[in-house]
Amino acid sequence: MKNLKRVLGLGVVAIASYFIVAADHIDAPEVAGGNSDITDFYAFQGENTDNLVFVANLQGLLSPANTGAATFNENVLVEFNIDTDQDNVEDLVIQAIPRNGKMYFFGPVTPSQTGLNSNIQTNATAGGIVDITAYGDAANISTNGGMSFFAGPRDDPFFMDFAQYSEIIAGNATSFNMPGADTFAGSNVMSIVVEVPKSMIGGSGKINTWVESKRK
Amino acid sequence: MKNIKILTLVLTVSLMVFNCSNDDDNIKTTTIDFSGTYTQEDQMGRPAVNTVFNASADKDAFNVTIPSAQNAAFQSKFETNLLALSPAYANGGMNALGQDVAAFTGLLATDVLNVSLDGTTTFFDGVAANTLSGRALADDVITVELLLIFGGEDFTENPGLSNDNVDANDKAFFTSFPYLASPH
Repeated sequence: MKNLKRVLGLGVVAIASYFIVAADHIDAPEVAGGNSDITDFYAFQGENTDNLVFVANLQGLLSPANTGAATFNENVLVEFNIDTDQDNVEDLVIQAIPRNGKMYFFGPVTPSQTGLNSNIQTNATAGGIVDITAYGDAANISTNGGMSFFAGPRDDPFFMDFAQYSEIIAGNATSFNMPGADTFAGSNVMSIVVEVPKSMIGGSGKINTWVESKRK
Repeated sequence: MKNIKILTLVLTVSLMVFNCSNDDDNIKTTTIDFSGTYTQEDQMGRPAVNTVFNASADKDAFNVTIPSAQNAAFQSKFETNLLALSPAYANGGMNALGQDVAAFTGLLATDVLNVSLDGTTTFFDGVAANTLSGRALADDVITVELLLIFGGEDFTENPGLSNDNVDANDKAFFTSFPYLASPH
């Protein structure tokens, strides 16, 4: 263990800055630009096993007191990227952009351009619209063309003893606690959930996916 | 034709939103503006990759490097950081996937989530064939990553660092859409 401690101690020099980096997930919503901070991304088979579900969460560590005031920013586009041919370049995107209390979804659709800049694909033949759920209300769900849509505050599904991880990285501790404490318990995020038939995103085999936030 | 349907839907909704205003006879103000170019600020594939494997000086750059260019730009940095972080990879050590430090960081540096369209979708569920087939809400991704970082060839090395001992969310998930629990 002594040897390990020394190795970890050396590691601190190289990774002391991880605090700042890690704070990206737990950025306070008041921080400028915080409304584009992605906290998490999930992709899993739906209750209907012919479907896949994408989840993007933004604005981490919202307290219940602050959740009612949290909003999606109309200048921030959330884009799910889908690579169907294993070159890590998006072949399809599903875009989510809020307007006037509703979340508009465009896609899956072939993007007019790949990479760091996007235009809203209003040419999409698939998509839908859902009323953004207000804090305290039952979830608004809409469906269109076999897809399902949700946008609004949710419990943060992420769980981790981030506080103890930080202590270890800082050299103040040499192990996790038993039991650990979930740093994200009791906090909320702003979620975008879209369920899509697998037939619209490649059908079978493996895809590569990632989520982006982009600002106008 | 579906194309037109969605555009019509957009226009219809916008008319519904605005038709009580004084501008409702001006079609231009009733059309929702989706124009413009949106430029990337953040991106994410697998959980905690940017958090754990990038130093702060590289974090912003990582977020605006397209995945197909990430390996060339970041793999060697990931390798240096992982060797500094974990003794499990010293002297040719490997993780439980049989990857040495170069192979593991080579996988992680391209920050995309690999997803199967053919069945089980999980980050890791103990079944080798299911590894990295998606990310389900209940997956204990942090413990999996800690095991791969610190746990060595058989998940037994550095036990105090290989599990944060938080194994589940504080609220139960739904089996139906939208799956995520209601807010606190």
